[in-house]
Amino acid sequence: MDKKLYTIIIYTENIAGMLNQVTAEFTRRMMNIDTITASSSSVEGVHRYTISLWGEEDSVQKVTKRIEKKVDVLKADYYTDNEIFFQEVALYKLSTPVVLGNDEVSRIIRHNTARVIEVNSTYTVVEMTGSTEDILNLYDKFVSHNCMLQFVKSGRVAVPRSAQDVLGDYLFNEDYKRKSIKEKNK
Amino acid sequence: MAKVRISGSEALLRSLINEGVDTIFGYPGGSIMPVFDALYDHRDDFRGVLVRHEQGAVHAAQGYARSSGRVGVSIVTSGPGATNTLTGISDAMLDSTPVVVIAGQVSTGVLGTDAFQEIDFVGITQPITKWSYQIRRPEDIAWAVARAFYIASTGRPGPVVLDFNKDAQVALFDYEPESVDNVRSYIPYPTPSLEAVEEAARLVNESERPFLLVGQGVELGEAHEELKAFIEKADIPAARTLMGLSALPTDHPLCVGMLGMHGNYGPNVNTNECDLLIAVGMRFSDRVTGKLSTYAKQARIIHIDIDHAEINKNVTVDVPIVGDCKEVLPMLTALVNKASHKEWIDSFARYNAIEHEKVTVKALNPGEGPLLMGEVARKVSEATGNSAILVTDVGQNQMMSARYFKYTKPHSILTSGGLGTMGYGLPAAIGAKIAMSDRTVCLFTGDGGMQMNIQELGTIMEQGTAVKIILLNNNYLGNVRQWQELFFNHRYSWTPMLNPDYGLIAQGYGIPSRLVIERSELDDAIREMLETSGPFLLHVAVKEEANVMPMTPPGASVNEMIFE
Ligand SMILES: Cc1ncc(C[n+]2csc(CCOP(=O)(O)OP(=O)(O)O)c2C)c(N)n1
Ligand SMILES: [Mg+2]
Repeated sequence: MDKKLYTIIIYTENIAGMLNQVTAEFTRRMMNIDTITASSSSVEGVHRYTISLWGEEDSVQKVTKRIEKKVDVLKADYYTDNEIFFQEVALYKLSTPVVLGNDEVSRIIRHNTARVIEVNSTYTVVEMTGSTEDILNLYDKFVSHNCMLQFVKSGRVAVPRSAQDVLGDYLFNEDYKRKSIKEKNK
Repeated sequence: MAKVRISGSEALLRSLINEGVDTIFGYPGGSIMPVFDALYDHRDDFRGVLVRHEQGAVHAAQGYARSSGRVGVSIVTSGPGATNTLTGISDAMLDSTPVVVIAGQVSTGVLGTDAFQEIDFVGITQPITKWSYQIRRPEDIAWAVARAFYIASTGRPGPVVLDFNKDAQVALFDYEPESVDNVRSYIPYPTPSLEAVEEAARLVNESERPFLLVGQGVELGEAHEELKAFIEKADIPAARTLMGLSALPTDHPLCVGMLGMHGNYGPNVNTNECDLLIAVGMRFSDRVTGKLSTYAKQARIIHIDIDHAEINKNVTVDVPIVGDCKEVLPMLTALVNKASHKEWIDSFARYNAIEHEKVTVKALNPGEGPLLMGEVARKVSEATGNSAILVTDVGQNQMMSARYFKYTKPHSILTSGGLGTMGYGLPAAIGAKIAMSDRTVCLFTGDGGMQMNIQELGTIMEQGTAVKIILLNNNYLGNVRQWQELFFNHRYSWTPMLNPDYGLIAQGYGIPSRLVIERSELDDAIREMLETSGPFLLHVAVKEEANVMPMTPPGASVNEMIFE
């Protein structure tokens, strides 16, 4: 079977130990998570995980179902790249002397729609948002010009292309007569 | 209700009383002492069962739960007390048994410092529970207990852990009872899709050779009558999994036996002959399916299960119906035509007759030679009017007693199906007898499994629990020996076992016993066991090298059972 890049979007109650519960389902199958982003969602008290990984649809589907089955998980769905908008963000910390001494580097920055967010005499911080591929291409270019001091890239964040509102539909369907954990737990 | 100022420990007990708990299986220790201290004032509210090992506490709670349909409760201390429960919790997870395990935990302030008897119990138990929660504040107690019982007992049941910090046990606060009847992120009873039910009914009505698989879900969903109504109207033969054996009486005219590796020949062969397979509350375990790539390939498959994640997990199905079988089955019954499949149903009997001749006759009436497990099981079953609760341990004793017992009442088999836990039997039998004191509880165990939780004889002694223990002693870890004989060239590595004098051990615990070696003694010994009012150990010396047959060898297809 074909391995593809999948993005799993998970909504959970915002409670301690949730990340562990989610990732344990991957550990159990020795599935390697590529990127993971945890953040708040559009609904207060609801946390959102965006996980990307390479896998076969069958196992991605099974792991998604197992995650959704967890009591404190509200919703989990998986997507392929053509079903979502997605971005990553990267920060590149470059050597200012090298950058200033090499016109090519500033051309690369402009060319890649990257943004300089800090310059001082020792280092320059450049930010770029884009696909993994674009981000890594830029990384390669900086490395080839010997100006890279540090590099960091986030996991992906994604929203489905579909007009449907998964979380909203879930939370506000007829079954929604419930309070969030936090309220309950006062 | 008015608030009252009480300790967290007292609040825990009041919350348990609110949930209808009247029996606790437990074992005390340092970080749960305030709770046990509070229990001292509640001696009239709870039957306290002091087990002899925390693993026994959970298995006993499981036995209590599975026999009665209520939630079983264990209370243990932190650290080693908590880790001793892990096997039981895992067993309950795999076999969908509602238990709530409450463990002491060190005080909140020293969490993460390797304090004495501190372990990350929530972290350890997250993968083996439905829900695992640490109570750090007394204000959370009422809510957490209510939520624990709600989650453990609803939907597909399972174990819940409450990790109870010591400071929350002793703090005084204003207690207010709480109840939980929903959790917004949790849909225990999904609404079955009407379209799916209609599609399923269409397949049933078109089918010439329908075959229904009954799992424990029918027992858990109390859908025994709904199941019968459905199969009787559409005239569908049905076989049960090990876990579902008492979901349909053995003698029901449409009951065609047991599925699985050591199940009956008819249902296994006909799995690959039917044109429609209807699975109800079962999960296509590998012990049932054998080789997946040849499993029921010719058939359309309908899968009714309350757990969405079970759908297409092992077997890809044509019509999934996610819902409670107690709700789904009547919907189906209403839509299916009255039918008759006499010839098809007879074909099961024809295959079962082959098994009868090749295996069963010899297993039940060997005539001479050492006693066999099968004949003992059948005799005990009949001597109880086939109405006892069968509790098994794991191994040959399990398969043989499950095969040759007869089931007339729901909730009559308690066995470790998913985890296959040796040592499950004795404590589970204690829990079952305590929950269902009116019923006869017969434990079948092996010489290996008996010794895995033999300390629970102390619990029997103390509680006077009238468990009938049938120890099928073959001086071997028989199940493993069988595999060594069949698949490892007779190399009996680490399976012969030197046994103690079980009669003396029983005597040490004040439990009457009888050793049976001769066939001529068996009936009388069974009579004596059942006539004795309290617990009894019937120690039966059975043939040492006997095999459980028929068998689907590992890796073989369901229709490739072997008979010797
Ligand atoms: C805790 C545990 N350890 C090991 C096993 C593997 N195992 C399965 S059956 C069996 C032999 C059981 O021997 P015994 O209790 O004497 O029962 P018999 O098969 O002889 O009836 C073993 C070792 C297991 N299922 N559970
Ligand atoms: Mg044995």
